[in-house]
Amino acid sequence: MQIFVTGVGIAGPGLDGWANTHPILTGQSAYRMTPFSRSIPDILSAAERRRSSQAVRLAILAAQDALKAGDLRGEELATVFASSDGDGVITQDICESLAGSAREVSPTSFHNSVYNAPAGYWSIATHSQLASTSVCAYDVSFAAGLIEAASYATVERQPVMLIASDLPFPPPLHVIRPVEESLAIALLISPTARKASLMRWEIQFKPHGAITAFPTGLPESLRSNPAARGLPLLAALANRTDETVSLEYSDETDLVVLCEPGA
Amino acid sequence: MMTTLAITAIATANPLGRGLPATWDALRKDRHGLRPNDFEDAAVNTWIGRAEGLEAEPITGKLADFDCRNNRLALAGLRQDGFEPAVAAARLRYGPARIGVLIGTTTSGILETELAYRRRSPSGELLPLTVRYRETQNLFSVSQLVRRHLGLTGPVASISTACSSSAKVFASASRWLAAGFCDAVVVGGVDSLCFMTLYGFASLGLLSATPCRPCDADRNGLSIGEAAGFMLLERPGGHDDAVHLLGYGESSDAHHMSTPHPEGLGAALAMERALARAEMKPIDIDYINLHGTGTPANDLAEDRAIWRLFGGRTPCSSTKGRTGHTLGAAGITEAVLAILCLRHDFIPGTLHTERVDPQLQSCVMLQSESRPLRAVISNSFGFGGNNCCLVFGKRP
Repeated sequence: MQIFVTGVGIAGPGLDGWANTHPILTGQSAYRMTPFSRSIPDILSAAERRRSSQAVRLAILAAQDALKAGDLRGEELATVFASSDGDGVITQDICESLAGSAREVSPTSFHNSVYNAPAGYWSIATHSQLASTSVCAYDVSFAAGLIEAASYATVERQPVMLIASDLPFPPPLHVIRPVEESLAIALLISPTARKASLMRWEIQFKPHGAITAFPTGLPESLRSNPAARGLPLLAALANRTDETVSLEYSDETDLVVLCEPGA
Repeated sequence: MMTTLAITAIATANPLGRGLPATWDALRKDRHGLRPNDFEDAAVNTWIGRAEGLEAEPITGKLADFDCRNNRLALAGLRQDGFEPAVAAARLRYGPARIGVLIGTTTSGILETELAYRRRSPSGELLPLTVRYRETQNLFSVSQLVRRHLGLTGPVASISTACSSSAKVFASASRWLAAGFCDAVVVGGVDSLCFMTLYGFASLGLLSATPCRPCDADRNGLSIGEAAGFMLLERPGGHDDAVHLLGYGESSDAHHMSTPHPEGLGAALAMERALARAEMKPIDIDYINLHGTGTPANDLAEDRAIWRLFGGRTPCSSTKGRTGHTLGAAGITEAVLAILCLRHDFIPGTLHTERVDPQLQSCVMLQSESRPLRAVISNSFGFGGNNCCLVFGKRP
C-alpha cells in the first residue's frame, strides 16, 4: 500500500507538539524530560472539556497538533484511533465503584468508558461525520492502526487521521500493565500526494525479523507506552531521508515501511 | 464502488441458543431468550439475554491462560455450525498467513478484573497473578484467542466502537480484501455479561425492568444480552449459493457521546453510504433489521432516519426483544439473524412490543411473516455516535 503523510502530531512528556519534537528527533536539540502538561485541547467545547477524560484529552491533543501544518481540516478526515489499553483511569474508577458496597457507576465515567470515547469527542469537536474506527492489538496497536488507516486511505481514496495513544494505569491496575508515560502520536494520511505531504510511505508485510531501533536521545521510560512503537517512523519524518522502518506486527510478521521524502 | 463479498461460513452462540438451527428454530417460533437478571450477584432490576452453560466450560490446554467468560463464549461460538472445518479448508486453500481476523468487543474479559477488585489486599493492592490482563481484560485478547484457536497467522485486530463494533469488522475486512493483503477474513463479535455494563446502563437510566419493547409507545429501555458470532468472508466467485455482503456504510454523528442525533442524521448517512456502495436504491431493500434498542431516544432517531430514506414502505423490526442488546456482538448477531431471514424468506416480528409508538412513521412489524426477501439491511449504532449499516443479499 502506498500512502502520503501530510501532517504529524504528538503529545507526551517533553514532546510538546510536532514543532518542538521535530528538532529532538533530528538531534538538533536535546530531549528534556518535563512532566506531561495534561493541558486540555482548546478544540473541545466548554461542556466537552469538562466531561472529557485524560485519555480523550491526550489523544485529541495530538490530533489537533497534526492539523496545524497540514492542508486538511478535521471535518474532511475519517479517523482511526489505536490504543492498547483504552482508559485505565476510567477502568480503575469503575472497578473501584463496583467493588464497593454501593456499586454505583458514574454516568460520565460510563459514557467515557467506551474505547471509542476519543473518537466521539473528536468527531463532535471537528464536526466530522466520516467513518471512524477504534482498534486494539495490545503492544502492536500502533502497527494495527497504521494498517487500518493505510487500507482506509488506499481503498476509500479519502484522507484519514491515525491517532495512537496510551496512558499509564493508576494503582492498583498499574501492576498488571506497567506503562510509565503518556504518549499520543497522530499522522495525517492521504491516498495521493498533497502540497503539505512530507513523505511517501510504501507499506508491506514481511516475515518477522529485525525491527528498527527506538530513536536515540529519548528516555527509556517512554518505551513502555505501546504508542511509542510509532516513534521510529516519526524520526524518519523528522529526518526526511530515504529509510526503511520495520515495526513488529505479530509473532510471524513485521510491518515494513519504505519511507521516501517529499511527495 | 460496489463491494461484494461471499459469506462462506457462519457460526453463532446467542441467548436463543447455540448454532444456526437452534437460533432459526427460536426465531421462527417467536421464542425469546430473555430472563429476569440472574447474573452473579448483580442487584439490577432488569432482564438479560444470557448464554447458557459457560460456567461449566473452562478453557483448558494450550489456550488455558485465556480462560474468562468472554473467551469461553468465543470458543462456544467458534465450535458451532461447521465453522472450524470451513476455516481449516480455507487455510489449506489460501495458507494461514492470508487469512485475517477482526473481532469486535466492548468489554472483553473485564469481568475478571471486576472480580479481582473484590479480592484486593487490605491495603488496596491487586494481587498481580490474579489478573491475566493481556489474556482477559485487554480487548485484543479475544482476537488472539480466535486466531490461535483457528491456526491463522494473517493480519489481526480487535475493533471497539461500542455497539457498532462487530458491524464495523465487515467494513475493515472489506478493505483488507480490497487492499489485497488477505484472501479471506474471519470477522466476528463477542461480548459477555459483566457488572460494568449492567450497572453502567442502569446509571444512565437505560435499562428496562421488563423485556425490552423496541418501538413501543411505552418502551422504557434496553435488555442486555451476550453473544458470540463469526463469519468467513471471501471474494465472490464460486459461491453462488452463499449470502453476500453487498455493501457497508459508516458514519459519525458528531453530535453527543451517549445520545443519538435527534433527527438520526448519522444513522441516515450510514444507510445512504451502504446503499451507494451496494449500488442499490431504498426500494431494493426488502427488510431492515433495526438497531432498535428499546430506549426512547434511539428508536425515535433511527425511525427518523429510515423515514427520510425509505418512507413507510420497507418492513422493519428489532430482534433485541429476542436476544437482548448484545452490545459489541450486536452487529454480528443481527447480521446472522438477517441472513437467516434471507435464507428462509422470513421477517421476524418485534417481540414484546404491543403498540407501536404513534410518533414512529416507518413500517414496524409486530408479527412475524413469511415473504420473499432479496436484500436486507442491518443497522448498528454505538455510543460516541459511531454508526455502521450492512447490506446483505442472496446474489452477488
